[in-house]
Amino acid sequence: MIANIPYVAVAVLIIIGLYTVIFRKNLIKMLIGITIIQSGVNLFLVSLGYREGGIAPIFTSVPNTDSAMMYPVPQALTLTSIVIGVAVLALMLSFIVHMYRHTKSLDVRQFGGDDQ
Amino acid sequence: MNFIDLIMSHAPALLVVIPLLGAFLTPLISKINDKVRNIFVIGILGVTAVFVLLVAQQVLDTGTITYVFGSSLQTVQNNTVIRILFEIDALSIFMALVSIILAFVASIYSWGFLEKETGQDKYYTLLLLMTAGMLGMVLTGDLFNFFVFIEITSIASAALIAFWTNKAKAVEAGFKYIFISTIGALFILFAIALLYGQYNALNIAKLADSITFTYLDKIALIIFISALAMKGGIVPMHMWLPDAYGRAPAPISLVLVGATQASIYGVFRVLFTLYGNVIHLPKISFGWILVLLGLITMIVGVIMAMIQTDFKRLIAYGAVAELGYIFLGVGTGLTIIANPDIGISSAPFAVEAMKGSIFHIINDALDVGLLFMVAGAVYYATKETSLNNLGGLARNMKYTTIFFIIGLLAISGIPPMNGFASKLLIYESTYQLNPIISIIAILSSIMLLAVFVKIFQSVFLGPKLKKFDDVKEVPKSMLIAMGIIASIIIFFGLFPDLIITNLVEPAVNALIHPENYLQWLTGGL
Repeated sequence: MIANIPYVAVAVLIIIGLYTVIFRKNLIKMLIGITIIQSGVNLFLVSLGYREGGIAPIFTSVPNTDSAMMYPVPQALTLTSIVIGVAVLALMLSFIVHMYRHTKSLDVRQFGGDDQ
Repeated sequence: MNFIDLIMSHAPALLVVIPLLGAFLTPLISKINDKVRNIFVIGILGVTAVFVLLVAQQVLDTGTITYVFGSSLQTVQNNTVIRILFEIDALSIFMALVSIILAFVASIYSWGFLEKETGQDKYYTLLLLMTAGMLGMVLTGDLFNFFVFIEITSIASAALIAFWTNKAKAVEAGFKYIFISTIGALFILFAIALLYGQYNALNIAKLADSITFTYLDKIALIIFISALAMKGGIVPMHMWLPDAYGRAPAPISLVLVGATQASIYGVFRVLFTLYGNVIHLPKISFGWILVLLGLITMIVGVIMAMIQTDFKRLIAYGAVAELGYIFLGVGTGLTIIANPDIGISSAPFAVEAMKGSIFHIINDALDVGLLFMVAGAVYYATKETSLNNLGGLARNMKYTTIFFIIGLLAISGIPPMNGFASKLLIYESTYQLNPIISIIAILSSIMLLAVFVKIFQSVFLGPKLKKFDDVKEVPKSMLIAMGIIASIIIFFGLFPDLIITNLVEPAVNALIHPENYLQWLTGGL
C-alpha cells in the first residue's frame, strides 16, 4: 500500500493542474497549472523507475553483493522532459510579456471574439 | 567502404541531422548577408529533399529500413531494446516527402515574402528546426523520441506563428497553440509512461509485439488518440487551428499543414502499428469513431468557412474540413480490418478507402498550401486580408489569379486536379460502408466549392478598385514557389495511377500489415 503513495500523488498533481488550467482566468496562473501537470508526469516517470534496494548504475562502483543495478532509462526520460519543460515555459512567458504589452491585462477573457 | 556508401548507410540519420545543423549555422551565415543566408537555407532544405528521395527509393525497393543510433552491436539484449532506432517504412517516408516538399517551397516563398521584415535570421533558424522536428516525428521508431520531436516541432512552430509580435492577435494565436500542444504532449508522455511501466520498452515495434490490451493500455490508447487528434486539429479540438493558420505568416501556414499531418500520422501509427495486434479486441470499433470524427470535422469546417470574412481564416476552416476526409477513409479501412467477421479479403473497398485517404494527405497539403500562398501573395501586394475590402485584383495580379483557380479546383475535387482523384476513391469506398457517409462527404465538397468561388468572386473579380491601382504582381520567388506546387497538383491530377501504385499503395500496405514493422525484432539486428 505504502508503495502506491507516489502514484496517488501523481493523480492529485495532474488533477490540480488540469483544474488550474481550465478554471483560472489569469495567464500566469494557467501557466503554473501546466507546470503542475508537468511535475505530476515527471514524478510518475521517476516513481516507475524506483526499485527497492537498487543502486545507481555506475560502472566503477559495481558492488560485490548481489544487489540489483537500476536501469537508468526513466531518469534519463525525466531529465529530458524537464529540459523541454523549461524551454516551453520560457517561450510561454515571453508570449505573456508580449500580450501584456499589447493589452495591459493578464485576463484570459480578453481574447477571442473574432470567431463569429 | 567508399564515401558514398558511408553517406548512404547513414542517410536516415542525416535526414534529421542536416536541417538541425543548418538551423544552428543560419544565425552565423546571416552575418555575411541576407542573400547568402537565403541561398544557404534553400540549399539545406534542397539537400534534405534529395536525401528523402534517396531513402524513399531504398525503402520502396527493399522494404522497411531500421537505422540504429550509436552502435552496430546487438540491439536486443535480454529481451530489451537498448538503443534508439529510426524505423522507416513506406508510410513514414511518404509523410517525410510531404513535409520536405512543403518546407522547401516555404523557404523559396519566404525569400520574397519577408524581404522587408526584420528578424529573418531567427525566422529561418526556426523554420529549419521545425522541419527537423517534423521529419523526426515521422521517421522515429521510439515513443519517447516521438515525444521529443513533437515538442521541437511545437516550440518552433509556436514561435513562428507569433513571428509578427507587433500584432496582438498573432501573439495570442501563438500562445494558444503552444498552450494546447504542451498539454497534449504532456499527456502523450503520461501515456508513454503507462506503456513503459507495464512492458519495460519504449520501442514501438517491441511494444507492439508485447502489448496485451490491459485496462491501462486502453487508457493509454484513448490519451494517445485524443492528444494527437487535438494537435491534428480534428473537430471538436480544432479551436486553435484557425487562429494559428490565420495569423501566421503565409509560408508558415504552409509548413504548419505538414506539422498537423505529422500528428495525424501519429494517430494512424498508434492505431495500426502500436496497437496493430490487438485492435480487433475492443467492443467499440475505433474505425467508427474515426469515421464519426471525420464527418463532424468536415461539416463543422465547411459551415464555419462559409461565414468567415477573413481570407486566411476562411482557408484555415477549409483545411479543417479537408482533414475530415483523411480520417473518414482511414476510419472506413479500420472498421473492416478490426472486424474479423468481415475480413479484409472479402471487403476490398477498405483498402481502396485507405488508399484514398493516404493519397488525400499529400493532396490536402498541396491544395491548402497553394491557397495559403495565394492569400499571402494578396496580403503582400495589398496589406489587406478582409474579404470585404478586397476586389478586382485579377487585373493586376494575373499569375496569382491563375494559381488561385488551380487551388480552388483542386481543393473542391474538380476532375483534372489531384483532389478529384483521392476524393473519388473515398466516395466510392465509403459508399459501400454506408451510403449516408459518402453523401455527406460529397455535399461538403460541393459546399467547399461554393465557399471558394465566393472568395474568388470577392477578391479577384469585380470592378477595379481605386485604392489598388498601384498593386503589382508579387516577386518572382513567390511566383516560383506557387508554380512548383501548382505543377505538382496538375501532375498528380493527370497521373494519379502513377502516384497511387508507386507511393500510396506501399504506404497503405505498411499500415495494414503491422507484422512488417516488427520484422527486425524476430529477424535479429
